[in-house]
Amino acid sequence: MQDPASVADATTAGGFLLVLAIVVPLAAALLAFAAGGRNVERISLAAMPLGLAIVVAIAVAMKRTEAPLIYLLGAWPPPLGVALRADGLSAVMMTVTAVVVCAVGVFARMDFGTPAGSAERRAPFAFWLLLLAIWGALNTVFVAGDLFTLYVALELLTFAAVPLVCLDGRAATLQAALRYLLFALLGSVLYLAGTVLLYGVYGTLDIVLLSQRVDAQPATLVAAALMTVGLLAKTALFPLHLWLPPAHAGAPAAGSAVLSALVVKGSFFIAVRLWFDVMPGLPGPAAAQLIAALGAAAIVVGSIVALRQQRLKLLIAYSTLAQIGYLFLMFPLALDPASGGLESGGALAGGMVQAISHATAKAAMFMSAGSIYATLGHDRLVDLGGIGRALPISVLAFAVGGVALIGVPSSGAYLAKELLLHAAADTQQWWWTMVLHAGGAFTSSYLLLVLAHAFMPADSSVAVSARVPRSQELAALALAVCSLLLGLVHWEPYLPIPDDTVAKSNPLGLAAISKTLWPVLAGAVLAILLGRWREDWLPRAGGKGTAVEILSRVRRAAVALGTAVVRIDAVLREWSAAAFSLLVLSILFGAAMLARP
Amino acid sequence: MSAATIFGLCAAAAVGLGLYGVIVNPQPLRKILAFNLLGSGVFLLFGVVARRGAAAGFGGDPVPQALVITGIVVAFSATGLAVALLLRLYQAAGSATLRSEASADADTRSTGA
Repeated sequence: MQDPASVADATTAGGFLLVLAIVVPLAAALLAFAAGGRNVERISLAAMPLGLAIVVAIAVAMKRTEAPLIYLLGAWPPPLGVALRADGLSAVMMTVTAVVVCAVGVFARMDFGTPAGSAERRAPFAFWLLLLAIWGALNTVFVAGDLFTLYVALELLTFAAVPLVCLDGRAATLQAALRYLLFALLGSVLYLAGTVLLYGVYGTLDIVLLSQRVDAQPATLVAAALMTVGLLAKTALFPLHLWLPPAHAGAPAAGSAVLSALVVKGSFFIAVRLWFDVMPGLPGPAAAQLIAALGAAAIVVGSIVALRQQRLKLLIAYSTLAQIGYLFLMFPLALDPASGGLESGGALAGGMVQAISHATAKAAMFMSAGSIYATLGHDRLVDLGGIGRALPISVLAFAVGGVALIGVPSSGAYLAKELLLHAAADTQQWWWTMVLHAGGAFTSSYLLLVLAHAFMPADSSVAVSARVPRSQELAALALAVCSLLLGLVHWEPYLPIPDDTVAKSNPLGLAAISKTLWPVLAGAVLAILLGRWREDWLPRAGGKGTAVEILSRVRRAAVALGTAVVRIDAVLREWSAAAFSLLVLSILFGAAMLARP
Repeated sequence: MSAATIFGLCAAAAVGLGLYGVIVNPQPLRKILAFNLLGSGVFLLFGVVARRGAAAGFGGDPVPQALVITGIVVAFSATGLAVALLLRLYQAAGSATLRSEASADADTRSTGA
């Protein structure tokens, strides 16, 4: 406030597009609410291409000017006014959000359509409004220029996401929604408390102004710790994940796709903003290692519990848990060894590419699981036999989405893994290299488990309880293919990808293929040892000392380990345990930040 | 002891009590009430920050007050949504508990697995 000269902000050309990106989905939601009936779906489907066009325009404008877009609300410059800013990260995230929302819209026409002549029903009415509200809230998260606007956007996102969980009104999903809401509220109060402390110290919440003013004093570090843990609770990073599996598995398929692909990325994005933009110099190595250690634990626990699930949707929900852990590995890899601060380089780009490839792939996987559920009337893993023949496109979409997540060449996850591995090599953190490789192996293990069940011949002919329309299956397949091709996109105008680390090698060369092959092989071993199989498929134990006997003994030990991990996960998902973890993590992050050299 | 310090201590006490309630109380309605207490503590802290005139050397800083109003609206909506969910849960299940075993049982019953 003392030195207005340092505020170089002014509305840039094209800045008004940022307002439109927020207003169009929210205005459509209000209009649809007023119109009601069949118009809800029509207005929503009309708003989707419009919103997509706006974010594409933002991306194009940014590429042309090679600078962030800025819009000052009411032309008041910060700290008095509120600025909307879109940088490369925002543009990328907004584009992916728009693409996923459009695909979900196409997919949801079957489940949440209102046929001509039928009366308005509650679930479709709510679904379309909530979808638009989530979209508007996410766009606000991506372009908000100050921490309090981010808080409001985060709350809006939660309020729109929670009812999506319990659209069917069953007691189990209502309870999942209430747990989700209460834990998310706990997280947002922590975030708000941090915001208050920062305002008390620096007198502004504007991200650019704060980044110029922050220094390592105790109040700031405590604020950073509180905000970080609050955001982790909303992102469901292990061990703060009590709400995620029942919520993501209980929601209708289109809802699960949005929740898993997009909603958790909102709070993740704010955590990235906080660490990389607001206070890159403050968190320090210890806190960065801690956040990635939680990520590593999420990968191991989430994957093992996923392998032990009986239902397909719960398996995918737990795989989301593991993938969220993967996203947080970028924090220590972005550390500059010389200064100890975070730098926006290859590791940040890798994390963001991983986030968007997970968004597209996971939406595709949840959508195809929804088609499978609708066709069979259940999603029990061991009874999926024959579905590969009955629903080839959906199973293909699931497989392509999963393969893209494993990180085959040309997929987004491949590029992300390359960037993160380079960063790990540059900063000499071999332990994260190991975790990155293990993550790929675990991902392929649960993909192989599902595909093995889906391609098994059915005992009798598959009982088809409902037909899913081709458009629904193709929407999932389109998203999966999208994820598979993300590695070929030219990201340089938007993400800080270093020139020397871009995979210049031939993506179909021998080295690249062998890099993909071994996680798949390791994944197959993990799936055989830890996965849930039908008893009659397991080989009978022969005489003592035979290979089969040794293998089944090893498998029994592995399954015992898996069961133990499932128990630990169940304990950690108790309310009191999770809330206690929240407090302990706040203290640990505070201590880690205060203890920095 | 200045007024700002007393208010700050009150805010800290409200936050502590609220946190205790949210974590320890098993009943969802009490959790919601405790969340409101916790939120009030944070808002009070925001008021103290305004009182100290942290930014510009005015007698009071108006920005936190605007932010607190917004925060209260958000907390109000959150409470409304949570209570509505709680009522629906009570209607559907006949009890209002957050225990996960109950949800697992209900889950297997409803899916027939």
